[in-house]
Formats: sequence, C-alpha cells, structure tokens
Amino acid sequence: MELPFWNREIERLPKKNLKNLQLERLKNTLERIYEKVPVYRKKFQELGITPSHLKSLEDIIKFPFTTKEDLFIDYPYGLLAVPLEEVVRVHTSSGTTGKPKAIFFSKKDLETSAELIARCLVMTGATKEDILQNSMTYGLFTGALVMHYGAEKVGILVIPAGPGNTERQIELMKTFGTTLLHMTPSYALYVASVILEKGLIPQKDLKLKTAYLGAEPYSEQTRRKIEEMLDIQVYNCYGLSEMNGPGVGFECPYKEGLHLWEDNFLVEIVHPETGEPVKEGEIGELVLTTLNREAMPLIRYRTRDLTRIISEPCACGRTHIRISRILGRSDDMFIVRGVNIFPQQIEEVLMGIKGVAQNYQIVLENYDEMIVKVEIDREFFDGRIERLLYLKNEITEKLRQTILVRPKVELVEPGTLPISEGKAKRVIDKRTL
Amino acid sequence: MKIKQISVFLENKKGRLFEALKAIAEKNINIRALSIADTSEFGILRMIVDNPEEAKNALEEAGFTTKISNVVAIGVKDKPGGLAEVLEHLFKADINVEYVYAFVEKSGEQAVVVLRTNHLDKTIDLLKVHGIKLLSWEDILAL
Repeated sequence: MELPFWNREIERLPKKNLKNLQLERLKNTLERIYEKVPVYRKKFQELGITPSHLKSLEDIIKFPFTTKEDLFIDYPYGLLAVPLEEVVRVHTSSGTTGKPKAIFFSKKDLETSAELIARCLVMTGATKEDILQNSMTYGLFTGALVMHYGAEKVGILVIPAGPGNTERQIELMKTFGTTLLHMTPSYALYVASVILEKGLIPQKDLKLKTAYLGAEPYSEQTRRKIEEMLDIQVYNCYGLSEMNGPGVGFECPYKEGLHLWEDNFLVEIVHPETGEPVKEGEIGELVLTTLNREAMPLIRYRTRDLTRIISEPCACGRTHIRISRILGRSDDMFIVRGVNIFPQQIEEVLMGIKGVAQNYQIVLENYDEMIVKVEIDREFFDGRIERLLYLKNEITEKLRQTILVRPKVELVEPGTLPISEGKAKRVIDKRTL
Repeated sequence: MKIKQISVFLENKKGRLFEALKAIAEKNINIRALSIADTSEFGILRMIVDNPEEAKNALEEAGFTTKISNVVAIGVKDKPGGLAEVLEHLFKADINVEYVYAFVEKSGEQAVVVLRTNHLDKTIDLLKVHGIKLLSWEDILAL
C-alpha cells in the first residue's frame, strides 16, 4: 500500500543525511543563541563552553539544559534571538507560578509549525477534501491556532469550533459533514457518549473518519474505546507550547509510537533526577532542542514528560524517530528499594492484564514496602477463589519483571479507588524517615 | 437439579460482610446456606438464598461485585462417613471438588451439602447413579 506523504523527501530522508542536517542546524542554533541571547551566553560561560565545542550530535550533552524556570529570566523578551519587530505572534501557556510562559514566533516560525502539522495530517490520510472541526481552545494557547494553519496549508476546510458547547459541536458535525476532529481525549470521550445517548448512529448520521487527540496523556484503552464508540481512527498527538504546540510528535497509521520531526527537533531522553542520558529504549524525561526556530530557539528543554525512544525503523517508511505515547510527568517518579519507578510503568503492566479494572493505587509504607491496590473487573469475577489468586500472582510477577521490585498486590472491589481520569492521586507515600 | 448460588467478592475491610448481609436483609431475602472462603486480603461470600436474582440486584446496587453460579445440593445421612462416601464417588470418577460447605437440616436427620465441582453435569449423573439424593430448588425453599 502506498502511503501518502506531505513532504516525501524530508520525511524519508536517509538517517545519515538527517543526522547531518541536524548537526548543521544545531551548530547554527548554538551560534545564534550564544551571540544573541544573553541568558544562554551566560549559561555557556558558566560551563566554560562555546558553540565550537560541538563536533558531533553527541556533544549536545555538554550544553546546558533549559528549564521552565529559565523561561522567566529577562521575562518576557529575554530569550528572543531576533529583534522584536521580527516577531509576529505570541502564545502563552498556563504557568503554575502565576506568570504564563511566553513563546514567540517569527513569520518563518509560523510557516514551519504549519508545515509540521501538514506532514502530520497527510501522514494519517487527510486530504484537501476533508473537513476539520477544531475543538481546542482558540486564543493564547497554541493548540487550536497551530493546528488551524497547518490544516489550511493542506487545503482542509477548517471549522474553528473551539471547545465546549457539546450540543453545538454535534450540530456542526451534522451540518458541515465534519470528517476530522481535533480535541482533548477526555472531551472526545464525553462528546462520543453524548452522540450515542442522543441515539445518533455515527456511521449513518455523521461523516467522522479520524480524531486527533492530544494535550493530555491517555491510555491505549481510552483510544480504543473512542474508536469503537464513533467507528473512527484515533491518532495520538503530542505537543507543547514551548516547542510550537501540537505536531511535535504524531502517530502514523501504524500507531506504534509518535514520530518526532527530527529536522526540527533534536531528541534526548534523560534521567529526570540526574539529567544523564538513559539507555536507549528506557523510560525517561523527554528533552528537546529546536533546530529550526528563528525567534526563540530553546536548547535541551526539559519537558517533564516521560516517554521512551522506539528505535526500530517504522513500517511507514519515515526515518524520523518515534517516541512512545507520553507515559506521564517526571515529577511522578518515586524510589523504592533504590529503584526508580514511575506510576505509568505500573499502569502499563496492569492495563495489559485481563481481569483488572481501570483504577489502581500505589501505597508506600515503612521499610520500603510497596503495595499495589488493584480493582478487579466485575466481569472477571466468577465466584472462584483460585481465579483471583491466579490473577494476584500474575500481577505480582509481571510487575516484578518490569519494575524489578516485588510489590504486595491487593485485589480490591471495583469502584473503591479514586478514578483514573484527570489528576487522581496514584501514589500515597506513608513512609517516614 | 442445579441450584443457584450467589457469590460476592469481599475486600477484607471492616464492616464489608455486614454491609452485604444488610443489603439483602433490606430486601427481605432469606439466606438458606452461607459460607465464606477467605485469603489474607479478600474473601468470597457464598450464599444460597430464596431469591438469587433479587439478591444480586440488591448487592450490585450497593456496589458489590457478584456472580450467580450453579452448584449441586445433596442430602447426606447425618452419620459418620456420610459425606466421605459421596466424595469417594467423585474422586474415583476424577472429578475435582472446587469447594463444599454443609449444614444440618432442621429435623436433624440429614445434612445438606452444597458442592461445586469442575464437571457439574457429570457430577449430577454420577450421584444419581449411586442413588444419592439431589435436592431440587423446591427442596431448598422448603428447608
């Protein structure tokens, strides 16, 4: 099957050429920020380093990280590498500290971000005949606008619906024959349930084909559920305002990880505590360097998002690296018996076991005792104790294999633990030292 | 000759058994036989009640996880070796007993044994062949 490409040449660029392009662009980026951005120049000088220390891509680890906090030095214009008059747009993202992070785009930067989205959309089979209902927030956030311009670039008809007002969302779908959706997974789940509650038959009453869901992490289970409810394809998309917004990582039709456009971003995965690179394929924090950004280049930006690199070549023919779906936030990590564990590793194991319901909880007690409470699936219960004991052993063994610590597994009644969606507290640390 | 039994998954948590029994008591459902199998963290409450479907609804409304499954109930002479004789037949026929619980009938003449095996139909046939009294649903209700 011949899959469509927006920019076949660059998307299939041989790995070696891609690396050369990255090195060339990285050099250029380092030189520009050293020269034009005092914040970076100071960071470089503190480490006794100049852009000339970069000989190969691996040398990137000699250079300083950029953290969220760094975005507030000389705020708001301090990180600009071009004169302010070259800037044509600002986006902000919610800051927990009060001030929002401010990200600036030049004309070329807007053009690039649209180009990346165009690649993503065409990759999933979208064409100019499609109609995209863009139900992300328009305004200061990047989510809606960046997608909007990318879709227009492909020639797609965009309905700038914005979020909320579910009745109207469904009306728009019916009226205009929406084929593509862009929204958050939690909202998609809600919209899908309303569509079905209304007695609408998606295959008959709607023309939906595809949904691009992102801006919050979600499980494979949630994806399948939405796909089944609406009889559509759901693609996982990842982005953050600091890196243009949506379109940083995007799934191809194989849905085995998200492609990251390496001609625009340099990807590293580091240990969240030490900042050291993890072994290839291990879970760690995603660190990104912009390679093609004019107004506000950022190097080694700590995303706080956890993922791992999938290094096998993708069947779609794209040479650009893949990362796994976002597994959570690096702040969630905890240490038991000297081992670093992310709740997401545990969640991944649990969700792959039949008989386990959606919710779980990790309780840490003194002497590094780790208890994993797991709700059993109502359908799984057949009145036999052996079956439950078998399940308990299966969970214990599979968790031990993954996290290298043998947890104490407790099976609990469904509906007794806090619900998974949103920001439920997954780890309860009762340890006192 | 199969009898409906209701099983309830119970976390080892204070008051959970009470809440389960309360849920069915409020619906005026009577318990004929009851047993609890337990491990260190959870247990399974098994009951023969006079209205299993209603009991299931009442328990699920109260948030419990339940399952109705089939068991056989037999009348065994209330004398030494009564149950052993029954089990011997099953053992020789290579039938595994998953669980068993028993109670003595009001008259005191026979014990009622509730039995769940890995081959329920085979068990019923076998017991019939050996002339062991299988209790019907009516028998259970009359207890």
